[in-house]
Amino acid sequence: MSDLDALMKAFGEAGGDKAILENNEIAHLVASGHKLLSMKSVGGLEVDAKETLTGISVRVTVKEVVRIKNPAHLCFGVLHNKGTQRIKMDVKLEKDSSAHFIAHCIFPKAEKIRHIMDAVVEVGEGAEMRYSETHFHGLYGGIEVVPKSVVTVARNGRYFTDFTLTTGRVGKLDIDYSVEAGENAVTELTARVFGHANDAIKIKEKVVLAGENSRGLIKTRVALEDEAEAEVTGITEGNAAGARGHVDCMEIVKDNAVAKAIPIVNVTNPLAKVTHEAAIGSVDKRQMETLMAHGLTPEEAVDVIVKGILK
Amino acid sequence: MTLLELKDISYKVTGKEILSGLSLSIGTGEVHALLGTNGTGKSTLAYLVMGCEGYRPSSGEIMFAGELINSLKIHERAKLGITMAWQEPVRFEGIAVRDYLVLKDKNIDPAHYLEMVGLHSELYLHRMVDKSLSGGERKRIELASILALSPKLAILDEPDSGIDMLSTQDIVNVISAFKNNSASVLLITHREEIVLIADKASQICNGRVVCSGDPEKVAEYYKARKCLVCDGEVCAYV
Repeated sequence: MSDLDALMKAFGEAGGDKAILENNEIAHLVASGHKLLSMKSVGGLEVDAKETLTGISVRVTVKEVVRIKNPAHLCFGVLHNKGTQRIKMDVKLEKDSSAHFIAHCIFPKAEKIRHIMDAVVEVGEGAEMRYSETHFHGLYGGIEVVPKSVVTVARNGRYFTDFTLTTGRVGKLDIDYSVEAGENAVTELTARVFGHANDAIKIKEKVVLAGENSRGLIKTRVALEDEAEAEVTGITEGNAAGARGHVDCMEIVKDNAVAKAIPIVNVTNPLAKVTHEAAIGSVDKRQMETLMAHGLTPEEAVDVIVKGILK
Repeated sequence: MTLLELKDISYKVTGKEILSGLSLSIGTGEVHALLGTNGTGKSTLAYLVMGCEGYRPSSGEIMFAGELINSLKIHERAKLGITMAWQEPVRFEGIAVRDYLVLKDKNIDPAHYLEMVGLHSELYLHRMVDKSLSGGERKRIELASILALSPKLAILDEPDSGIDMLSTQDIVNVISAFKNNSASVLLITHREEIVLIADKASQICNGRVVCSGDPEKVAEYYKARKCLVCDGEVCAYV
């Protein structure tokens, strides 16, 4: 079986739709380890990808006023049980363009794997970018995921990102996202992670509301069980008149897991407003009782609640 | 035939007696309204019957269909056919109304139950049971979910609070639906028009039943705001 077939088989087993590779209207890029396996672009989307010594370097440009109709799929993985994959991404959305990228990160046999992502993103004036990243890890927990991104969103731009790691072991996760929003720009960062065994989760997300009337939301949902640990830092700065930001962190803890939330809000303009809420604890008693009154066992009730917050 | 029988129930919290030798029985298919001013123990009684955490009688027996259920947990009581709609239903993030209604039985038609509580199914099935719903919408969805369970006993803790007066008929319809299903209802309410659809009513005062029987008479008694049994001496809340 070729590497591409093996990766797409794992992708399919993780719930992905393999047909996207055959569709000429859907852009994609597939890389396993250091190897580029498949790539397709669509009109208005320029992709320049290169293999490097340790991974893949990708430069993506969405041309001015082009709106990419279908989401572009980025499929990164390591099929072996050991190795390092470093992805360097430069993404630029030119003025009034829009695109949705869906990244699938697949490490089904990870025993000692490092997956490092360094992204620099520029969302141009009036442009809109959505980036959804879903991880499928194996059951061994021997993986280290280190995604880092620095994003600037220009005037009237919109940037939405959604990170999901709820299948298999997390291993070690160290997210570091930073976004600067210009005038009237909107940004939303969402992360959902389910930690098990001795998984170690560190999430740091920062939104700087630099432009007037800019908007920012950081939403984090973490569930932990066994001995897993998580530290979630949500930072929002309101530095311009009319800027509005909110940090919303919820962590559910079971067994001997340990959770920490650090919401940091910093306002330097009296006309800006930033709020935060953080809730850490066991599953809500009233929610449990309500579901149990519907006939669910305590275990089933916890499962429904946890799946809900990670959805 | 008696479905629920509460025998001489007392319940104390940190030495304070909330319920004091309370006895009450509800027959199969009977709608039993429970009246009482704030703080008299109505919701406490509901939690005791449902078996909520921390709510076990200090003394007395809770019998359901002839079985002593004092020590059973909530889900064990639910399996026997008891369920409850809380006065202020909790919100659930990430759970769609459709999924909430079919939690226990995937084969029911969730749209049917939403229509029964006066909600247009096409507008609500895909919404989340979260903060985006108003208090009244959430209550109606909770009632729909309770109806969908086809319980033997439904405990409804102030189903009419937070729902606009014009929609009282929807609540009446819900209670009628339970009745048509031969389910019993323990109905906690303050509204006279809701009380009057019950088969029987009881007034609680200071943790015990002080008046029981015809709903119209009990409602009159309640409206008089004077407890004839306690004669104002014991009933601090009347």
